[in-house]
Amino acid sequence: MTLRQLIFPLALIPALLNGQAPSGLDPAELLKPLKNSWPTYSGDYTGKRYSALDQITQSNVAHLTLAWMTQVSSGTVNRFGSPSVIVGGEGAGDINVRGGTIKASALEVDGVLYFTMPDNAWAVDARDGAELWHYFWKTKGGTHIGNRGLGMWHKNLYMETPDDYLVALNATNGKEIWHKPIADLSQGYFSTPAPVVVGNHVLVGTGNDIDAPGFILSFDPETGDVQWKFYTVPQQKGDAGLDSWASLDAARHGGGQAWVPGVYDPESKLYIFSTGNPTPAFTTGTRGPGDNLFTCALIAVNVDTGKLAWYYSTSPHDMHDYDSAQTPVLVDAMFQGKMRKLVLTAARNGYYFTLDRVTGEHLVTSKYGVLTNWASGLNQRGAPIYNAEKNATVAGSLVSPTSDGTTNWEPAAFSPDTGWLYVAQHNGYSLFYLTDVDPRGSMGLGGKEEAQVGSGGSFLTAIDYNTGKIVWNRPYYGDGGGGGLLTTAGKLLFAGDGGGNLVAHDVFTGKPLWHTHIGEVTNPPQTFMLDGHQYLIVATGDQLWSFLLY
Amino acid sequence: MRNWETSAAAVLIGLSLSAIPILAQAPPQSTISSTPPPPARRGGFARERHAPGDPAQIAHGKVLYGVNCAGCHGVDLRGGDLGGPNLLRSEVALSDNKGELIQPIIQGSRREGGMPAIPISPDDGLAVAAYIRSVVDTLGSQGRPPSIGKEAPSILVGDAAAGQAYFAQKCASCHSATGDLQGIGTRIPDAKSLQTVWVGGGRRRYLRAAGVPSRRAVTVTITMPSGERIEGRLARIDDFLVTVLFEDGSARTIRREGDVPKVEIHDPLQTHRDLWAIYTDKDIHDVTAYLVTLK
Repeated sequence: MTLRQLIFPLALIPALLNGQAPSGLDPAELLKPLKNSWPTYSGDYTGKRYSALDQITQSNVAHLTLAWMTQVSSGTVNRFGSPSVIVGGEGAGDINVRGGTIKASALEVDGVLYFTMPDNAWAVDARDGAELWHYFWKTKGGTHIGNRGLGMWHKNLYMETPDDYLVALNATNGKEIWHKPIADLSQGYFSTPAPVVVGNHVLVGTGNDIDAPGFILSFDPETGDVQWKFYTVPQQKGDAGLDSWASLDAARHGGGQAWVPGVYDPESKLYIFSTGNPTPAFTTGTRGPGDNLFTCALIAVNVDTGKLAWYYSTSPHDMHDYDSAQTPVLVDAMFQGKMRKLVLTAARNGYYFTLDRVTGEHLVTSKYGVLTNWASGLNQRGAPIYNAEKNATVAGSLVSPTSDGTTNWEPAAFSPDTGWLYVAQHNGYSLFYLTDVDPRGSMGLGGKEEAQVGSGGSFLTAIDYNTGKIVWNRPYYGDGGGGGLLTTAGKLLFAGDGGGNLVAHDVFTGKPLWHTHIGEVTNPPQTFMLDGHQYLIVATGDQLWSFLLY
Repeated sequence: MRNWETSAAAVLIGLSLSAIPILAQAPPQSTISSTPPPPARRGGFARERHAPGDPAQIAHGKVLYGVNCAGCHGVDLRGGDLGGPNLLRSEVALSDNKGELIQPIIQGSRREGGMPAIPISPDDGLAVAAYIRSVVDTLGSQGRPPSIGKEAPSILVGDAAAGQAYFAQKCASCHSATGDLQGIGTRIPDAKSLQTVWVGGGRRRYLRAAGVPSRRAVTVTITMPSGERIEGRLARIDDFLVTVLFEDGSARTIRREGDVPKVEIHDPLQTHRDLWAIYTDKDIHDVTAYLVTLK
């Protein structure tokens, strides 16, 4: 397919010129269940990553075949034949960021795919992968570890940059409309999330490893003005959660970064998102013995006011950098004989939770990480209690999972056809050595040395939300599920297997029904309908692959 | 073929040293190095870069800091017993470019918050600011504080006699203090590295005494529907293919369809892997205390 692009550069004429001007994305479209397009990070607001498309089924998936593959390159130099790069950014242009990996969920709207790598956004024709435009942001710095994709509002696209700007682009031509600061790079912030558009709000989180407070911001989609800011840790006297810290100063440096996109419940107007580790991460130090709210938690805020509705600590007083930064999943389903509005999450710390998403009421906890060993039990709210002996110690403590977690940012998926949440779990062991015995604690992710000793096994796991019990574990030979998961009404579950295969599994049994060896999958598989065909797309590094049935 | 052993192990079990980067927001940390990890910026570059300061001004500022500031903010700037906050994570110190944020505070702008005015000249204030910036610039990736005059404490807290007893009971069926592990305490002089290596089951050739053959090769037995048995080293395996490597260096890849053909993997490291869920940390520390005595 690369060859074809080289030979026929005319094929790269933007489809937009062929009488196919995009009408943009009405925010009301985002309220619909995921089906023909993919207009927001999780496909729809629920985070289920369940597509109602059923053209590709268990019986015909064996015939799924390559439609096209395209490769992108970061920076100002474009590949032969593609349109010139649109350059923005506040940097001097002297920082050369090579390589890059597509970890983003692409948006598919009106036959165009929009996706990112750090500092870069692309639009490609969803029919053949031909590049329509490429925007490059000259960076001032910041940790370049990933970018989860774009948000869209009418014809505007929104991208976060590693040096902490929110950039609005014109989806038609990739030209910049404005850019606004999210955070201060000199404080160590770096921004990776995909903005989530809800009505007239663009919801933005960021990341940080130097003891700075986490927050989410709501921007006006048109002007870029800040509508509200919600801090995830207390900032002043009287703030909720302050008594869970030893001091206000500790809370203000307490971390709790919101570095993955959240989900939205239109009925209650709640935006529900998750937060990362407290800082310093591996030492209690100045944090005090409390829960360190609202780090490692699920948080629900009213999308119009930015006010807290409820929170639930999934890892109170975390001591292993187990960011609870997983995009939660919203499900309306029967629970103990009653229809309930639920939120589900399989957390990085090896524990699974079912909550009521309107009230935050805790319903179910289970340990789904098969070797998870850092907790001594559950507290009154059903959250794990850390076992101090499994904190980092001078002589070393053997802990599972590693600080990379049982799972990480890669989104889980839920199928209403089975009632199961699917997640790829990893059971690595690390020796955690405390290297900084200062009673003040360390800083950031410092003060320890983590030596990974090996893997106790990885599985594709199906979890019953009613009980939290594992329905089945399908062993992986490598660390499968990289990039995340997708389920479809075709009763299929798509995932990378950690050995370079993209696999379609039977959603009931986990049995592989189709696979193709394309390299390590780096983003969540996605699907959409175009010209009567159901497409399946997935990225491997800097390559984007597209499959369909003919 | 020299690299085969490691690559097969990694493919087979996802030993995860190389498989981690796509998982984590945080870059992976050190593995078994005996020295502290370098302040590498593997995930990128953490903060905006400052122009380097004037060494003479910084040196002067360091002296002034020791005289005027260290009592409250700590010799290492990470806060002190008298209540001065940690400067290495303070918004002011992180954002200061040339004293414009630090200088007013030295001169008394935060007296109401408990920070006294420091009676030094404006030039000296700028020197102190330059020194603070110079230390802030030594922050490692992910907010790691610089270690000023500190060494990591020894990890040797275990009971060597108890470790010897544990070894005799649990390890001696495969390992011997006078055989494969002879001189292990000399070959891996750093106790932390030694502990990490032995708990992991040994990833380095130096774990094994010279001349002792490796038992780590993962082998596979494949029974075809015809009854044919194929045996050799496992080169790679997934749900769909298995590749076997033979003594003569040739390889054969066989398609898998569910349970056909029958594939049995023999992994000598499985015993170690099974022990991870069984060891107590005390067991580990005791065995390490014993192994370091095997000079």
